[in-house]
Amino acid sequence: MSRIFPHPLLTLALTLLWLLLTSFSLGHLILGFAVATVASRALSAIEPDRVPIRAVWPLVKLFFIVGGDIIRSNLAVAWLILTRGRHGKRRSGFVEIPLRLRAPAPLALLAIIITATPGTAWIEYDAETGVLLLHVFDMIETDDWVTLIGTRYENLLMEAFVG
Amino acid sequence: MSYLDTLPPWIAIPVAFFLILGSTLTLLGAFGLARLRDFYDRLHAPTLGTSWGAAGILLASMILMSWNESEPGWSGLRPVLHELVIGIFLMITTPVTLMLLGRAALHRDRIEGTPGIPGAVERADVPHRPTGEEADGEAAPEIDISDAPGEN
Amino acid sequence: MSAVIMSFALTYAQIALALAACLAGYRLLYGPRAQDRVLGLDTFYATAMLLFVVTGIRVGSPFFFEAAMVIGVLAFVATVSLAKFLIRGEVIE
Repeated sequence: MSRIFPHPLLTLALTLLWLLLTSFSLGHLILGFAVATVASRALSAIEPDRVPIRAVWPLVKLFFIVGGDIIRSNLAVAWLILTRGRHGKRRSGFVEIPLRLRAPAPLALLAIIITATPGTAWIEYDAETGVLLLHVFDMIETDDWVTLIGTRYENLLMEAFVG
Repeated sequence: MSYLDTLPPWIAIPVAFFLILGSTLTLLGAFGLARLRDFYDRLHAPTLGTSWGAAGILLASMILMSWNESEPGWSGLRPVLHELVIGIFLMITTPVTLMLLGRAALHRDRIEGTPGIPGAVERADVPHRPTGEEADGEAAPEIDISDAPGEN
Repeated sequence: MSAVIMSFALTYAQIALALAACLAGYRLLYGPRAQDRVLGLDTFYATAMLLFVVTGIRVGSPFFFEAAMVIGVLAFVATVSLAKFLIRGEVIE
């Protein structure tokens, strides 16, 4: 089973993608499924390890938290741009955040979250020390950012993924 | 203005709302990109356009196209969701491009020794070779201190 | 009634996106540094893509969507290779 479908989630996602781009019919379902199977086998030749997901519920929770955060920070950054950064009082800066995550998949997810949220930008991650260099648009307190990333996102990611 | 004339208001109002929201956020993002003083600040501006700017416009397109394709009644509902593909694609690719750009800027600033850059993470494997300088080429003479972060 | 709302919203969105593309183009032209230009190009691509989607809504044709997707893919490849060039001074190592 795992030889034919080395990455079952990827196969499912690619089939869905195929159906979204065409229209739903039995022929397209079979064709898309065949293409997805071949593609995920091709991926397993490059990247043999399957990403282990321990729990799905934290990911769902994370999705809604991040959705809310993106809306909120969109408004905040738009307001800052409009008011010329609280009339010149805004300052930005770099924050160094020590991360506990080490596995590549949750780190990639964290990178997507941080970059998709306006106001924070992932600049550099040092794999040896595990320190993330973050650029923050509206810097209030350095310690706040460390605890925010750590408690709000990283805990849920640690719950969801192994490692 | 062909097919838009027959639109019921309960479709037209949310579509118009999402269109205006999305385009306003994109415009604000580009405005910030043009006006902010420091590169690392500017890095934040386009995310407005690629997060809710794009999401608003794609949602509007999704609602309208679904209505356009559907027949009256629940059985004729044909949701058009292929805008989701663009949305997911943007969601995945924007972090990659912005991370690479941020790293490129950091790398170049460290080589040039721009003040205010956390070069504290001194690493032996950051190559200090002449090719890094070569890439500067045309932009090198224009570097000034006012471009440094923390000055704004 | 809804035709008025839709034509207002579509015109507004097109003007706003065109203006956004102009502002990104300003960054692309006037730098001051190479990474600013690349960022400007990326934003320009993104706004052009959204402009295609809005034009597709106005015309009511699904073909603009395909064009928008191609622009999105091109934007990704272009920006990644340019950023890679800025880091290393070469694209393919």
